[in-house]
Amino acid sequence: MRNRIFALIAALVVVVGVGLVVPAAGQAPKTYNPPKTPWGDPDLQGVWNDATSTPLQRPGNVGVGVLNDEEAEEFQKSLAHDLTRDRRDGGNAADVNRAYNEHWMDARRLKITADKRTSLIVDPPDGRIPPLVQASPERQKVQAARAAGAARFAAGLPDHYTDMSWPVRCVVRTDVPPYLPTIYNNDFQIFQSPGYVTIAPEMIHSARIIPVDGRPHLNKGLKQWLGDTRGHWEGSTLVVETTNFRADEGVLFQGANSATFTITERFTRVAPDAINYEFTVADPSTWTKPWTALIPWNKVDPAEQMFEYACHEDNFDIVHFLTGARLREKNGETVGQQRPARAGEER
Amino acid sequence: MQRRRTVAFLAGAGALAVLSLALPPLFGQPRPNGAPQFAAGYRAPRIADGHPDLNGIWQAMVTANWDLQDHEAKAGPHNELVGAYGAQPAGQGIVEGGEIPYKPDALAKKNTRFENRLKVDVSSDKTWHDLGDPEMKCYMPGVPRATYMPFPFQIVQGTSPYILMAYEFTSATRIIRMDWKQQAPTDSWMGWSRGRWDGDTLVVDVTGQREETWFDRAGDYHSDALHVVERYTPVSPYHMVYEATIEDPNVFTRPWKISFPLYRRMEKNVQLLEFKCVPFTEELLFGKFIKQAAR
Repeated sequence: MRNRIFALIAALVVVVGVGLVVPAAGQAPKTYNPPKTPWGDPDLQGVWNDATSTPLQRPGNVGVGVLNDEEAEEFQKSLAHDLTRDRRDGGNAADVNRAYNEHWMDARRLKITADKRTSLIVDPPDGRIPPLVQASPERQKVQAARAAGAARFAAGLPDHYTDMSWPVRCVVRTDVPPYLPTIYNNDFQIFQSPGYVTIAPEMIHSARIIPVDGRPHLNKGLKQWLGDTRGHWEGSTLVVETTNFRADEGVLFQGANSATFTITERFTRVAPDAINYEFTVADPSTWTKPWTALIPWNKVDPAEQMFEYACHEDNFDIVHFLTGARLREKNGETVGQQRPARAGEER
Repeated sequence: MQRRRTVAFLAGAGALAVLSLALPPLFGQPRPNGAPQFAAGYRAPRIADGHPDLNGIWQAMVTANWDLQDHEAKAGPHNELVGAYGAQPAGQGIVEGGEIPYKPDALAKKNTRFENRLKVDVSSDKTWHDLGDPEMKCYMPGVPRATYMPFPFQIVQGTSPYILMAYEFTSATRIIRMDWKQQAPTDSWMGWSRGRWDGDTLVVDVTGQREETWFDRAGDYHSDALHVVERYTPVSPYHMVYEATIEDPNVFTRPWKISFPLYRRMEKNVQLLEFKCVPFTEELLFGKFIKQAAR
C-alpha cells in the first residue's frame, strides 16, 4: 500500500508540475543540434516521461500508420475512454472503485503521440509484432509452466509467489529494456559524467550505468536481470547494446529467449524538450523477424522531481493474494470456477 | 648539485613542513607509532565545473554492517546447517567515542530488536515491519547503512545539480540534489538528500528517512526524526574519508559521529553489478502462505 502512496505522490507531482509539452517526435528537423556536455558528449540530461496512449501495436480496426487531425482526435478520445478509470458509467460502486485507482495513474498516458501515429511500432510497416515462431519443446514446457502460474494468479488462486509476474513480485518493472510506457511512474532521469550515460528509471529505483568508453561487455557467463549495457555515440545519437540477460522465464518482453534475444536502443535528442527513443529487438527463437518501435520521451518541468519508488518493501499484495487464494480454496473455488464478481469489483 | 644545495638549505631553514607538501602524498605510510595516516593537503582532480571529481566505484572495508560498535567474531545464524558460512567477523567500532549515546529506554528497544532480528511476520499490514532486520528482508538500507554494507556503490557526478549514488545492494539509488531548498515531500527508504560543497568535501544533508531502516545487524536503530549529515572528503586518488553525524532526539541523548575510509575499487573494468535480493528472501517472507501441495 505504501508503495502505492509513493506512486500517488509521484503522480500528484506529475499533475501539478507539468505543462503541456508537445514534442515533435519523428517530425523534428534533423538539423537540431543538441547541447554538449563540457566533455563534448551530446547532452541528454533531465527527467523524461514516455507516457502515451498510442498502443505498441496498431489496433486491428485501424488501417493507416499516421492519422490526420480529425482522425487523431477521435482515436485519442476512444483510447482514453478505454484507458481511463475516470468515467461514470459503471454504477456508484464501480465508479468509486475506478476513481480510487485512477488517482495514481499518469494522466499523460491518455494522449497519443504528437506525430499522430497509430502504433509505437514503426517496423514492420503494419505496426504489428511479427508472428511468433514455434518454440522448441523445452521452451514450450517452460512457457507453459509460466502461463499456468499466470492463469492461477489471474483467477485469484495463486499457489505460490512465483505464480506472480516479476513486476508483481517487485523484482523488475519498467527498468527491463525495452522501456515501454505504463500506467504510472513513466519517468526516467538521465545523468551524464565523463565516460558514462546513466539512466535511472523511476520504477523500480535502479540505475543503468552505461559506459560509453568502448570497454568490453561482461564475460558471457555473468548474467543479470537487466542485462549488461554498453553505449557509443553515432553523431548525436546514443546507441546502446544490452547483452547477458538472465534466463528466468517471463522477464524479457513476450517471453523472449535470453539465449538468442538482442536489443539495440537509440536515444536522440530531437528538440530541447524531446528525445526519440527507438529500439530494435530480435530473437530468432521468438519472432520471425526483428521489429522496431519509436517512443517519444518528453522532458518534464524541472519543478517535477523523481521520487523513490519503493516496491518490495511494502508489497502487502503478495500476502493478500496468497492468503486470499488459501481462503478461496477452502471455499472450494478452483481455477475456471470462481464466484461471480461482486458489484463494483473489478477483476 | 643545485638540487642538493636547495634541499640542504630547506632542511637547514627548518622548513620540513614545506618540503613534505612538495613531495607526492604519502598516504598509507606509517606514522612513528605504526598507525596508517593520510597525508594532509591532498587536492582532488576537478571536473569541468571546478568541483572535486568523486566519480568512481567505492566500498567500505569496515564490518560496521554487523555492528557499529566493537564486536567479537561469532557464529552466524543456523550454523548447524551452514557451519562457518555467514559467521560474523570481529571488528573495531566506527563510532567516535566508542558508544552510541542511547536514551535508556531506547537502548532496551535496540536489544529487543537484536533478539528479534531473525524473526519475520508479514501476515498483517499493520505489523509488517515490526520484526527482523530489514537487510534480511531485502529492504533498501537507508543512510548511512548503505555506505558501509559489504557491497560497492557508484558515484555518478557530472555538472548538473544532481549527483546519483547507486548502490549494488538491492539496486538502491538516491539522488543528491545540490544546493536544494525544497524539503522532503514525504519519507522514503533512502531519504531526501541535499548536497553542497565545503571546500573539497561533499556535504550531504539527509532527512525524510523511513523509521523502519536499521543501522546494522545488531539492532541499532533510529526514529523518523533521523537527521544525517554526511561528509565525503577525497584524501588520495584512491580514498575518501566518510563521516556522518547522526542526530535523533527521540532515540539518542546527543548527536554522534561515525567515520571510516572509503576505498576506490581498482579492478580492471570493475563495474557495479546487480544484487536484486527480492527472490532470495521471498521464501522467508511469503513461504508460509503458499499452497501446501505446491511446496
